[in-house]
Formats: sequence, structure tokens, C-alpha cells
Amino acid sequence: MSFEPKLLGFLCNWCSYAGADLAGVSRIQYPPNMRVIRVMCSGRIDPKFIVQALELGIDGVYVMGCHIGDCHYLEGNYEAVKKYEMTREFLKLVGLDNRIRLDWVSASEGVRFGEVVSKFVNDIKELGPSPLSGDSPDKDLINKVRAIRLAAGSNRMRALVGRERKITEEDNVYGEKYPLEKYKEIMSQAIIEEYERHRILIALEDESKSVKSLASELSVDPSIILEHILTLKGRAQVDFQEIIKNTPIYMRRE
Amino acid sequence: MTEEEKKEDDVRVGVFICHCGSNIGGLIDCKGLADYAGTLPGVTHSEDNLYTCSETGLTAIKTAIKENNLNRVVVASCTPRTHEPLFRECVSEAGLNPYLFNFVNIRDQCTWVHMKDAEGAYAKAADLVKMGVAKAEKLEPLDMIKLDINQVGLVIGGGVTGISAALNLSRQGFKTYLIEKEAQLGGRLNNLYKLFPHDIDASEIVNRLISNANNPKNLEVLTSTQIVNIHGFVGNYEVEITQNGNNKTLKVGTIIVAVGSSLLDPKGLFGYNGQNIITQYELEPKLKNNQIKAKDIVMIQCAGSRNDKRPYCSSVCCMTALKNALIIKEKNPDTHISILFRDLYTPGTEYEEYYRKAREKGIIFINYDVDRNPNVEENQVRVYNEYIGEDMLIPYDLLVLSTPLVANTDNKVLAQMLKVPTESNNFFLEAHVKLRPSDFATAGVFIGGSAKWPVDITESIAQGYSAASRASTILSHKTIEVDGATSNLPVYNKNLCSGCEICMKVCPFHAIVKNEDDEIEIIEALCKGCGVCGATCTNQAIVIKHFTDDQIMSEILAYGGK
Repeated sequence: MSFEPKLLGFLCNWCSYAGADLAGVSRIQYPPNMRVIRVMCSGRIDPKFIVQALELGIDGVYVMGCHIGDCHYLEGNYEAVKKYEMTREFLKLVGLDNRIRLDWVSASEGVRFGEVVSKFVNDIKELGPSPLSGDSPDKDLINKVRAIRLAAGSNRMRALVGRERKITEEDNVYGEKYPLEKYKEIMSQAIIEEYERHRILIALEDESKSVKSLASELSVDPSIILEHILTLKGRAQVDFQEIIKNTPIYMRRE
Repeated sequence: MTEEEKKEDDVRVGVFICHCGSNIGGLIDCKGLADYAGTLPGVTHSEDNLYTCSETGLTAIKTAIKENNLNRVVVASCTPRTHEPLFRECVSEAGLNPYLFNFVNIRDQCTWVHMKDAEGAYAKAADLVKMGVAKAEKLEPLDMIKLDINQVGLVIGGGVTGISAALNLSRQGFKTYLIEKEAQLGGRLNNLYKLFPHDIDASEIVNRLISNANNPKNLEVLTSTQIVNIHGFVGNYEVEITQNGNNKTLKVGTIIVAVGSSLLDPKGLFGYNGQNIITQYELEPKLKNNQIKAKDIVMIQCAGSRNDKRPYCSSVCCMTALKNALIIKEKNPDTHISILFRDLYTPGTEYEEYYRKAREKGIIFINYDVDRNPNVEENQVRVYNEYIGEDMLIPYDLLVLSTPLVANTDNKVLAQMLKVPTESNNFFLEAHVKLRPSDFATAGVFIGGSAKWPVDITESIAQGYSAASRASTILSHKTIEVDGATSNLPVYNKNLCSGCEICMKVCPFHAIVKNEDDEIEIIEALCKGCGVCGATCTNQAIVIKHFTDDQIMSEILAYGGK
């Protein structure tokens, strides 16, 4: 039997969901692989929803909203873009970025809705099943994706993505406009840092560990791990537990 | 906790699978789907109906709610976009909070689009029902938000649309303000000669409208007046205006946008010079004053419209050209008139007659292609004629350009004050082109006339009335209930809020403010429920009612759960 991808779509109520309805009214035919979750605006789509779906082994996630400029809520889709871009950056770290897609479908684009969904189904078919699907997916990868979900939901990432438009498109309090490329650099660095930090938190869930063992487990330089540990201590998420054979052991704090 | 009380807390979902005649039932096994739904956690009742939206179906829901003590209802049928209000009302009549209803779309987005794959459609419908039930379990009762209505209307723009709207509202008995930025009411109508159809004198219409507007009971006309700012929400708008340097605030319940459109600056188009190469608009007073002596007249249609820069059709220019050409021809039958056109737009029962008459009177129509625009030379126009396959040279001593109406340059400013959208050409964008053509998505704000796209006088009047009638649906009430599915910062999450203010910045409706205690406060009446603040809140303290994280996650888990 050929591979039938399991897909999830987040559709905004006013444009893409209406476009999907119009596809129905016009009897446009497309493959039945995608299930739809309706939200009022694409800007409502929290990165954690997308990552959670992938974590569960869903093969692809489609985010759809109104065309730029046509948002029912004026600018919600601009926010959707920023959140989506951040999610994609995160997923690049584990090679799952090509399993998510963002598109604009208006309420009058019933035909186009059918086309883009068909294309998504085909593209994911070519890509094959998600490494997280099936009965016994790779535990390590699940933990990595979980780290992404938690990192994307962290205060730091949410603050960065939430402020991006304001800071790069409008003047800040000093009357300066921050260059987008520079902001993206900061984002990229934060994405890697928060990803690694949340991997540490997950690695410490079951047992307390030393910097050295965390470094080898996560394949990250020990000096970087140590920096992360210090940051996480500052955030009251990790604590020093004990010294065993001259090596400090760190534990997860609740 | 007694057994009785415990029972009260339990989630008891009723699932109703609609056959929709054969629309759904013809492809998938609705009975089987209902049986499957019955096995889902939390479901205590499930059934299939031939038409769940019929009287029989609705009665079945109400009966099941009573008999099975249901506290959640899921209907799997068409689409919430058309039928959610009906089912919400139905469960509400049976004593259930309307927000405890959840819709599953298994027709428009399932059986209609997978007609050749019954198996795939069934699997999809089953998943969607499972997800719908999972969300239903998490639904919470919500209250509608009750607002007092200030039963006063405001119309922005004193052109034909605005006057029509204002007269309509005031005659219904509502105190109405009509604001016009110019010193005189009537807008562009003041400059026109005759109006199609029937060649009625424009002055007759405009004088009648203005005299009616100046002798009303409830209407207050404010000319030479500009809007400074607009605050508030449906039923409670505060509009700051300035009139000859005096500032004043109007308190109104609804706002009608009837600002019309502007004329395109014709400079640089087809050798425009304002002398013997003019626009249709400039031709009108010349017709009125009987100044047209030209013997060879050429009119160029779509001058500056339906191109890359202005892709839209201005809709009034074809009829204007036909009307003016006929007026000239009737006065001076010897005048040669050629109309160079790309497509002629004469819809309806009256307008095509103008074209027929024009042909009978000997007006020449020459089709030109957008890639070969007519070339205006001295005293002649060179135009490529597709049918003969070569250029034609048409002499002129008067060249009239049918230029489009364009959006006002200050539309953006007004749009931002009102929190309403504009489209790519800068015209105002209504809530839905078919379902809500006179509304904006922002409650209490309405639209009519050429502010939306260019329309003629007949249509302007009709749209003015339409906007007034929509506004009166609000103004006729002392209070109004608006959707309770808003953003919310629950008391139990207050400690999570760090006061970072990012939610305030992403909210397009300025519904989030910091109160006197320096705490984040969400003004629910202003909130439209988009949920962007919830997806952005750095500490995930904001809850989007009816689309909570928990509810959406439960849908994801129901689908992806192994």
C-alpha cells in the first residue's frame, strides 16, 4: 500500500476556512489527507501547536491565513508569518522544517485551496513518512522536538518574536529602526541557545548529570553546556546538587 | 461530593451526525459514524439525522439534551460559517449555554471534496468528529457581552451616498450627524450635467438631496468639518471633529463611511492638456454651459485604469462616455464622435439601450488592445484596429479621456482611526463581499458608495440606504450583545503577567491597555477575538476564550494521539 500522509491544517476562519468551504460548494476534488483545525485568525496559531502536531508523528502541518493586506483583523497574518518563520528555524535543527508550510488562501480561492492541499499531499508523499510516525519512533528525536516545543514556548523566544515587527518595522523609543537582518541574527542565535537549554532540561528530567556527561549526551561543547547551566541556574530551572569525585552534578529544579 | 453533584460536573457530549439528505449520507455511512462517535470518551448520546438543521433535527437535539442531561453538543454537518448560529440558538433554547456547542464540518470540507474516495472521506469524517468531541469536552460556558447603545448615527461624507444614508437614518427617528469636509454638500454631483439613466439633471437630484438634508428633524449637517480622531467601540464611539478651528466631540453609536472617491490626476495621460484634451469630468460643465463647438470628438475609455497600476474597472466611465456622446450628438447631429474602448460595460435593463442608441445615432466604436494603446498625435489619434489589421487615423478637435475614479489619498488615515481595512487600491474593504457587503468587520461601522469601489449615482443611493439600514439594526436597540469569545486575562493567571506590554502592541484594535494600577486590562468590548495576543503573550497568561490553548491542543492530541 502506498504511503498516505497524515496532515493537519490550521485555517483562519475568514479567508482560508471560507476558501475551503468554497472548494466544497464548487465540488473541487482533492485528496482527503488533511484534517482541519479552525482558528479565528492565523495570528492565533501558536508555534507550540505546530510542533506538538509534528511531535505526535503527524507528517505535515499546513498554516493558512488571509492574503497579506486582507486580514480580517488587519494585521494578524503579519504576526502569523513571524511565528511561522521562527517555528521553521527551530525545525531546521532537526530537519523537519520541510514538513510545515504557510500559505495564503482567500475566501474566493476555492480552486486554489484544492490545488495547494493536493500539492502539499504530494510533496509530503515524496518526502515519505515523518521519522516520528509509526509505533516506535526514535526516542532521541522525540526529545529534540519536545525541546523545540518548549523552547518555542519559552518567555525569551515569545518576547523576541512578539516584538520583531515593532522593533524592525517601527521606530523604537530612541527613534531608531533596527535592521531586520540584525534582528534575524539575534533570533537565530537565541533559537540555538534555547534549543540547547531545553535539551539540557529534558536530559535532566530523569537523573541529575554533570556538564561532561550532558556534553557527550547532547554532542555540544562542554564550555557551552556550562554557560547554559549557569543561565538555567539564573532562571531557577537547574540547581547544583552535589559533587561526586570532584565533578559537580546538576539537577532539574521544579 | 454527592453522586448527584458529581454527575453535574461530568462531561456528557451528544453527537449528531447529519446526512444532509444525500450530500453526506450518500457518500459515507452516517449511522456507522454515529455509532463510532458513541464510543468516544465523554460521549453519552449519538445519533444520525436526515437533516439535523430541520425542525425534526433540532427537536431531536433538544429532546436528547433533556433526556440524556447533555451538557455539550457536537453537530457534524455543513459548515459553522452558515449554520453555527442556528445550532447555538437551538442548544440555548434547550437551556444550554450556546458556547457549549461545537461544529464539525463533514460536508463542505469532506464529502463534497472527496466524492470519489468514500473510504478516505469516512476516515477523515471520523477523525474530525473525534477532534470535535475532544474540543467539546473542554468547552466552557461564556456570557455574551452586553453594551449600552448611544442611539445616534454618524455619516462621514456629504456626497450622494452620505446624504442618502443620513436622510434615511434621521427619517427613521435617529439623531444623525452628517460630516462633510467641503463647505458644501453634494460632492462631485455638483459638477455633473446630466445623469444616466434617463438623462436626469444632476442639479435636480443634488438640490433635492441638499434641501432635504437642510430641513430635517433629527439631522445635523456639519460642513467644512474634518475628523481628528475616533475612539470607542460599537454603540459608544467618540468622534473628535474640527470645524473651522473649533474642536468638538460627537458621541455616536454607529459610523457610516461614505467618503466616496477622488478623480485621477490626468497629467501625462494621452497628452492631456486641459484645453482640447480633457477628462469626462471636465466635459460635464462644458456641456452644461453649452460650450462644445468641436466637430470631431474622440473619447478614450479606460484611460489610466485596468492597467498594472490600477487593475480595477472604474465602472462608471463607459456609461458616462455613452451618455455624454449622446448628449452632444443630439444637440449637434453633425458632430463626429468616436469612442475608443477596450470592453464596453453596459449592464442591466437600462444601460445597454444607451449603447444601441449611440450606434443608431452614428457614434463610431473602435476597439483597441491594452498592448497597443491609442497614440495621440497633433489633431489626430492613431489607433491600431484589430479587424483591419492596421492603424487608423482619427482626426479630433476635442479629445475626452474617460479616467477612473480613484481612492481618496486620506482613506488610510480614516481606516486606521476606524480600525477597518483597505484593499490594494486603497478603497475600503467590506467585511464580506457577498454576505456582509455594507458592513465592516469592526462592529458598528458601515460602508457605502464609491468609498468601496466606484459606483454610479443609482448604486450610491442604494448603498447609502443599505448602510443606513444596517446601522439602524444597532441603533434601534438600547443595548446590544456582542460575541463573548474574546481574549481574557483570567484572575488565576494575573501572577503570570509580567507587564511586558507586547500584547498591547500586537492588538490591532487597541483593546489591551494598562490600567491605573499599572496592570494589563483587556477591554472585551473592543476585542474581536482574533487571538493574536494569546499566541504572543510571553508568559502565556492570556486565554483566548472558545479557542483556548487547551481546546486547540485537545484537537491536535485527538488527531495525532497514538
